[in-house]
Amino acid sequence: MIITIIQRAVMQGTPLLLGSTGEILTEKSGHLNLGIPGIMYVGAISGVAGSFLYENSLANPAAINPFLAVFIPLICSLLGSVLMGLIYCFLTVTLRANQNVTGLALTTFGIGIGNFFGGSLIKLVNLDVPSIALSTTSTIFKTPLPFADKLGWFGDIFLSYGFLVYVAIIVAILSSFILNKTRTGLHLRAVGESPETADAAGINVTKYKYLSTCIGSAIAGLGGLYYVMDYANGVWSNNGFGDRGWLSIALVIFSVWRPSVSILGSILFGFLYVIPTYIPNISVSAKKLFEMLPYVVTIIVLIITSMRNKKENQPPAALGLPYFREER
Amino acid sequence: MKKIENFFTSAITGSLAHIIKRDDIVWWKAWGIRLIAIVLALIVCGIVTVSLTDLNPLEMYATMIDGAVGTSRLVWNLFQNTAILLCVSLAVTPAFKMKFWNIGAEGQVLAGGLATASCMIFLGEKLPTPLLILVMLISSILAGALWGLVPAYFKTRFNSNETLFTLMMNYVIIQIVAFFTLEWSMPKGSGTPRTLEFGQLPTLFGQKYLINILIVALLTALVYIYLKYSKQGYEISVVGESEKTARYIGINVKKVILRTMAISGALCGIAGFLLVAGTDHSLKSDTAGGRGFTAIMVSWLAKFNPIFMIFTSLLIVFLQKGASKISEVYRLNSSFSDIITGIIIFFIIGSEFFINYRIKFNKKEANV
Repeated sequence: MIITIIQRAVMQGTPLLLGSTGEILTEKSGHLNLGIPGIMYVGAISGVAGSFLYENSLANPAAINPFLAVFIPLICSLLGSVLMGLIYCFLTVTLRANQNVTGLALTTFGIGIGNFFGGSLIKLVNLDVPSIALSTTSTIFKTPLPFADKLGWFGDIFLSYGFLVYVAIIVAILSSFILNKTRTGLHLRAVGESPETADAAGINVTKYKYLSTCIGSAIAGLGGLYYVMDYANGVWSNNGFGDRGWLSIALVIFSVWRPSVSILGSILFGFLYVIPTYIPNISVSAKKLFEMLPYVVTIIVLIITSMRNKKENQPPAALGLPYFREER
Repeated sequence: MKKIENFFTSAITGSLAHIIKRDDIVWWKAWGIRLIAIVLALIVCGIVTVSLTDLNPLEMYATMIDGAVGTSRLVWNLFQNTAILLCVSLAVTPAFKMKFWNIGAEGQVLAGGLATASCMIFLGEKLPTPLLILVMLISSILAGALWGLVPAYFKTRFNSNETLFTLMMNYVIIQIVAFFTLEWSMPKGSGTPRTLEFGQLPTLFGQKYLINILIVALLTALVYIYLKYSKQGYEISVVGESEKTARYIGINVKKVILRTMAISGALCGIAGFLLVAGTDHSLKSDTAGGRGFTAIMVSWLAKFNPIFMIFTSLLIVFLQKGASKISEVYRLNSSFSDIITGIIIFFIIGSEFFINYRIKFNKKEANV
């Protein structure tokens, strides 16, 4: 049973990990992107739409090309979420709009797109299918690593997930490395801490902001794709993704802006999410109180980090502030 | 190819043109720019709708108008929704003017709603209705203020990030309300929220929602006066402009932050009270229905002016009602209205840039 709990915690945590890694990259450039929940919906639905059209264009689902079945939704998802990232960047960086307002509008828009196309895709393309269920594609997304079932508990805990879980972990480690150990990361952090200084040092602030936000959005969008293709077995249900987007933002704070900490944090959040299922005789209403825990824990972390006031655990100094070169 | 790339980099980095802050813009020009933005947004929305539903754009807007104000019941519905959204927008405004990013309005509304509902359930049979309503109102104000004060306290004490804090507070209360909704549901645990019989707001002149609208109208006037003419309102703008200046001229910044967030939360609490006691007569975790977030956009679009907010909230509610009519008629998903709202807000947000700045194109030679 412990193995199942760990497995489910990891699977719950993966969308959060991808979402928070994306958000950390964005926040490091000084942009608090509250559009992440919307971007994750768009990432999910674009992947679903691509895969849905591909699956239904085949006469026989068994003849599906495994490479295309992964490639098409992946590319669609990335395109969709980068496009959302671009909208956000264009408004906040180029047009200097307020970040919070833009982000919230992006979330409304993105969740709208997700639910709208999720609910109306079948009608829009005039297909005669009862619901969006991409079981064939989902099986491919869920293929575990080789030897997963031959190595006992080790295989179950470490090798039994679909490839996006490993992508999520690699991306998080890679982001940590880039942020802390490379020149690019140093420049990016400089932009988030003090854009004026970065600009004076000859760093192209606008370019860094655009790139980090768009790459961040792409990563976050993958979280949505993982949720629907792997976790939800390829079945789209409206609002099924729930508040995971906001949980990702909570995870950013919980992991004090470090993608590597975020890996463990996401598993912990996933654990808090699945634990009520394993408590015997728990009422449905008490389960709701358990779902509150990740947010409470996040608030506590937020309070503690601000109390201890250690420099390396703070949000980027210029987070949420606009940067106008002419107004220095 | 290289040329195009050059064009884009220069467009982004600003060597193609440069941007100058406008000193001041005459009001008709500013509103002209906003009007152009809305027209452009409506054109884009038209294109989106037509490509999804294949009906002509004029027909589409006729359907929208019909869906928003087609019958007198719909008109009342429109006004009641506008009133609630306006109330939440009024609530977030003092905090925003102070540059305190309170995005926890959703939670503060729910806190007020929860307080109201618990009064209606536990005191319903014990108190006479007028007294009950008074108790409901006071407890909703206190609950909303408390939910707003917690992040404000930690902001003033430890300088915690208020945007993230208020955001997290939303989801704590949402789960608490979800818990109580299930506990109180009839039959217990079924998930159907209980209809709250006692303490419903009275029907005035045969119109169920009139009292909500009147209360919000009163609040609008009060907030307008408070922000514009009171000493406290002035302190809020000074703190918003520059905390250092405020401290220099002897304003107790911490006190102002705490007081303003209490007011902000209290107004949200009233919105929760109106929703539970006046509109829904029940409590669900989605009672606030995203208004806490929409209100931020409403308030910002109106430049934090309570009078303009009447129009911006009306615009948003009108669009939502109209777009949901379209999705109903063409049997599309109801989230269609969110897409339309999103597009329009993007355009209005974008237009602010052209109000605050003007672009001067550089001479060709300068670009080499």
